[in-house]
Amino acid sequence: MVRFENVGLRYGQGAEILKDISFSVTKNSFQFLTGPSGAGKTSLLRLLFLSLRPTRGLISLFDQDATRLQPNEVAAIRRRIGIVFQDFRLLDHLTAYENVALPLRVAGRDEASYRGEVVELLGWVGLGERLDALPPILSGGEKQRIAIARALIVRPELLLADEPTGNVDAPLAKRLLRLFVELKNMGTAVVIATHDVALMDQFDAPRLVLNDGRLYYDR
Amino acid sequence: MSIFDAIFAKGSAGRTPILPRETVTGSTLLAVVAIMSFLAALTVGAVRIAQISVNEWRGELANEMTIQVKPAEGHDLDVDVKNILETVQRISGITEARVYTKEESEKLLAPWLGSNLDLGALPVPRLIRLKLGDQAAISALRAVLETIPNAALNDHRAFAARLTAISKTAALAGFLILVLVLLATVLSVSFATRGAVAANRPTVEVLHFIGARNSYIASLFQRHFFRVGFRGALLGGAVAVLLFVIFRFSGRLFGAIAGPGDAAFLLTSFNLDWRGYFEIAAAVLLTALVTALGSRFTVISTLRNID
Repeated sequence: MVRFENVGLRYGQGAEILKDISFSVTKNSFQFLTGPSGAGKTSLLRLLFLSLRPTRGLISLFDQDATRLQPNEVAAIRRRIGIVFQDFRLLDHLTAYENVALPLRVAGRDEASYRGEVVELLGWVGLGERLDALPPILSGGEKQRIAIARALIVRPELLLADEPTGNVDAPLAKRLLRLFVELKNMGTAVVIATHDVALMDQFDAPRLVLNDGRLYYDR
Repeated sequence: MSIFDAIFAKGSAGRTPILPRETVTGSTLLAVVAIMSFLAALTVGAVRIAQISVNEWRGELANEMTIQVKPAEGHDLDVDVKNILETVQRISGITEARVYTKEESEKLLAPWLGSNLDLGALPVPRLIRLKLGDQAAISALRAVLETIPNAALNDHRAFAARLTAISKTAALAGFLILVLVLLATVLSVSFATRGAVAANRPTVEVLHFIGARNSYIASLFQRHFFRVGFRGALLGGAVAVLLFVIFRFSGRLFGAIAGPGDAAFLLTSFNLDWRGYFEIAAAVLLTALVTALGSRFTVISTLRNID
C-alpha cells in the first residue's frame, strides 16, 4: 500500500530533516509513528498524504510512484486516505455535521445518502448533541473528535493521524484508539503519529521511531 | 430569498456554502463589473445605432439618383433639362423625376458660394432628382444618358461606399472597445479572485487534503464570481438600456420640434431596435461569463501553486 525507499527530505537549501527513510505500510496494519518533538513526524506524515515531495528516494502509494502523479491523480489518492491534523483544520463557518460530511459532499454524494452515517459517527465520538455547533465555540477535544470523524467518514484505506488524542481525556483517548483498531480490523491501514507513550502502551503495535531524521523500528 | 439566490441556489437548500460568501464577493468588484458591463452595452448599442442609421441612409440612396445637366455651348440649358426630363419620365421603373429649381440650386450652393448668388452669371449645372421604383431602370437610364453628352448620372455609389466603410469602421471600433472592456473585466476579476483564494487558503488546503479536485474548488469560486458578475453585468446593462430608452424618448421630443438642419434632428435616429437590445443582453451575458471564466482560470493557476 505504501512503500518508502531511501527517502530524504530537506526544506530549501537547509539540512536534510529526513534521511534514508525506508518502510512500508501494508493493508490491515497498525503502526505508531513516534519520536521526540521536531524529529520530523509531521513532515513524514505530509510526505504520506502527498503534501510534500521528497528531495530524494522513492515513495509508492497504492502502487503509484508518488513523485510522478498528476494533480487529479493526487486528488484521487487523497480520497483513499483519511487524515487527522494536529491542528484539526476544521472550517470554522461550517457546523460540526457539515465539517464531517465535507469529504462526502466534495465527492458529489447526495446529502440524503450520507446524513444518517454522519449523525451516527458524530454520536459515536460523543458529539451527537452538537451537530449544529460551529468549531469556534467547541473545546479542543470536541474539535479533535470532529477532525477524526471527518477522516473516518470516507472509510479510508489508509488513516493518518497526527496526535489524534492530544486534546482528549484518557477515557476518550482509549475509546478513539479502540476505534482505530477496529478500523484496522476492517482492513484500513492505520498510522498514528504520537509521543503519548501511555497511549502506545495500550495496544501492541509496531512503532516507527524517528530520531535525528532517521527511522528505527521498535517492535 | 432574492431572485438571484433563487437562480443560483443549489438543490440542497440550507447547506452552508463551502466558501464563506463574505470572503469572496465584494461590492467593489460588483461595481467594477457593472461599469464594465455598462461600457460594453453602451458600445454595442452605439454600434447598432450607427448601423441602423447607415442602413437607412444607404437604403434611401439606393432608390435615389441625380442627373446633372451641364451647360454646353450652343445649347439652351432649360430646353436640355426639359427634354431630358421628358425622356426619363418615359422610362419604366422611374417613379418620380423632378427638376431642382434655380432657387433650390442656389440654396444647395449657398454654403460654398454665399447666399446672394445670381446663378445666371455662373455656368451652374442643373439637377434632376429621380426616384426609382425598380433598380432595373438604371441600365435603361444609362443608355439614354449616353446619347446626351452634357448629362451625367450620379447614382451616389461613392457616397454609399463611404457609408459602408463608416459602418464597418464603427463595428470594428466597437468590437475593439468591447474586447478591451472584457479584458479589463478579466484583469479585475483575476485580481479579486487571487485575493479571494488567498483569503480562503485554509479552506482550499482542507479541500485539497480531503481529495477535492482543482476543478471542483475552481467551480466553488466560479459560482461565487458568476453570481457577482451576473449581478454587476445586469446592473450595468440595465443602466445602459435605460439610457438608450431616454435617448429614444428625448429623440422623439427633439425630433418633433427640430428640423433637418438642427443637431437635435440627429437624436431622432437614436432608436435602438430589438436586435440592438438583444445584442446588449448578449454583451451583459458575455461580461458575466467572462467574469466566471476569468475567476476559474485564475483559481486553477493559483491552486497549482498552492498544492
